[in-house]
Amino acid sequence: MSTANRETPRPAAGRAGIKKELPERFKDYRHVWVFIELERGQVHPVSFELLGEGRKLADKLQVQLAGVVLGPPGEAIGNAVAEAFAYGADLVYIVEAPVLVDYRNEPFTKAMTDLVDTHKPEILLLGATTLGRDLAGSVATTLQTGLTADCTELDVDTDGSLAATRPTFGGSLLCTIYTLNYRPQMATVRPRVMPMPQRADKPVGRVIRHKLSAAEDEIVTKVLGFLPDNQSAKANLAYADVVVAGGLGLGAAENLQLVKNLARAIGAEHGCSRPLIQKGWMPADRQIGQTGKTIRPKLYIAAGISGAIQHRVGVEGADLIVAINTDPNAPIFDFAHLGIVTDAIRFLPALTEAFTRRLSPHSRDKLAS
Amino acid sequence: MHIVICIKQVPDSAQIRVHPVTNTIMRQGVPTIINPYDLFALEEALRLRDAYGGEVTVLTMGPPMAEAALRKALGYGADRAVLLTDRYFAGSDTLATSFALSQAIAKVGETFGTPDIVFTGKQTIDGDTAQVGPGIAKRLDLLQLTYVAKIASVDLDAREIKVERRSEGGTQMLKSRLPCLITMLEGTNEIRRGSLKDALCAARTRVLKWSAADAGIEDLTKCGLRGSPTVVKRVFAPTARAEKAVQIDTAEKTLRDIADALIAAIFTRQPALEHELAFNGGA
Repeated sequence: MSTANRETPRPAAGRAGIKKELPERFKDYRHVWVFIELERGQVHPVSFELLGEGRKLADKLQVQLAGVVLGPPGEAIGNAVAEAFAYGADLVYIVEAPVLVDYRNEPFTKAMTDLVDTHKPEILLLGATTLGRDLAGSVATTLQTGLTADCTELDVDTDGSLAATRPTFGGSLLCTIYTLNYRPQMATVRPRVMPMPQRADKPVGRVIRHKLSAAEDEIVTKVLGFLPDNQSAKANLAYADVVVAGGLGLGAAENLQLVKNLARAIGAEHGCSRPLIQKGWMPADRQIGQTGKTIRPKLYIAAGISGAIQHRVGVEGADLIVAINTDPNAPIFDFAHLGIVTDAIRFLPALTEAFTRRLSPHSRDKLAS
Repeated sequence: MHIVICIKQVPDSAQIRVHPVTNTIMRQGVPTIINPYDLFALEEALRLRDAYGGEVTVLTMGPPMAEAALRKALGYGADRAVLLTDRYFAGSDTLATSFALSQAIAKVGETFGTPDIVFTGKQTIDGDTAQVGPGIAKRLDLLQLTYVAKIASVDLDAREIKVERRSEGGTQMLKSRLPCLITMLEGTNEIRRGSLKDALCAARTRVLKWSAADAGIEDLTKCGLRGSPTVVKRVFAPTARAEKAVQIDTAEKTLRDIADALIAAIFTRQPALEHELAFNGGA
């Protein structure tokens, strides 16, 4: 899998890429592709979120939206294909091969780059999961094209280029990045950054199958085993409907118990801001923010979190943000919907108690009558 | 065993300025550190060297001031440091960066012995892309092992390595072959305090400064802005939301009253929540 023969001549312009001069060989690159991430039989929900975005881009460009499903022979592929159509794909490419049973970089990179070389998409979107990031970097390098990571906004410019906006410098600034003169234009998007589109059962449309010319004995890396995460790490923070999180304002690690108590009382997931991870107060998979999890709950309660931009970009998709902070000038009050200027350590037990009272079966009976 | 670790010097603050013409980041005048994610890779490299013998070469690409990051790495116990610095590298995106670094690693290999393992951090704190590691692996045809939480074993004779790698929803146990590229997950170890001996050694060790030509790079069109397929067209601050949070009045009220008022406000705005919370919680 040498990359030598792919090294492409640069456009003649002095500073390549600043002006759009798409080389002849890229002019037949068409359509928007979304990588449907299938692992252990399940499609990662980020793939559906990307189909929603991809649909908008394809409609603006007046091209087709395709899903790309890579996996082992079996039922899972059929399900993934049906789901891709249900979430808006016009067609689906399938590479079905036993070597694709567990994710490994070598066969997945080969499958994806072969597919791109054969069918030539102009845009290729992947989820910024551990799998998607591992794959996207290899694919972009093999294809010698541009890749923009962790986009928060995707759009089509007037000249038909993909405008990919992402936070830079820990979210203190945003930048819009173009891959003007190379194809495909690649981007990754983190789970939950884009809204989940409506699902609508549709008949399976056009399916194009592609053969993978890689046998197991050609692949060096072998999977010896897989250990699923334990219960605490499995917490599906990103997809929770209600989230309670604590920040430095809680003062001490033991006060996180107040956050967990409230979360338990209202059936919420709990998390924290970045500084608490750095202090080792909570495991890293509980971090909410640009470098942790992006969340889109119906209700988000932030206790003792000041609201740095890197936190803000991870929670802005919440329907209702409630902030509790002693500092009336904390930036979190700039993007929260409801605020309380008070000490979270004292207030959280009162809030937990009040929710419990309000939600108890007894008071619900009263509500119903 | 020869290990190459790529590090990056990154700004240690949010004092960022943007060049008005090229829209690239201006790094001058901002305090710098070694990218924190790289320290986990550096410690792992040092541990492997301590266990199996051999040398650790630390490599960075950056302006001349990036030498400070290399000096720091030598202080932790790295044996050799190479600074890849040339104006041709200015404005590199991840593809151009992985090209330059892979060329330099090849040159390090020619000069000091082929590396068995190349390490990088999981990602940097300024770019957050996690693309340069995979880019280097692909260009040098190294087996790619990203998000590695633990190196279970290395067999130098059989050229075999076993690692535990973070994957979606769990940990993958992988067997692969040397030479490979490993990106190390955070929180997997803690960087050592360099010994006095290392500090003395570091003071005596010269940082090798390589230009593009020194690294054997012939095709300069693959470097810097010219070699970067991505173009940063616009850098801007996020827009503030128009309205601020509605504050719940706390004056002369008990905590219980405030809590009730907040819950009432929540359910006024999101009426459907009341039923859902009652359904989820309380059980």
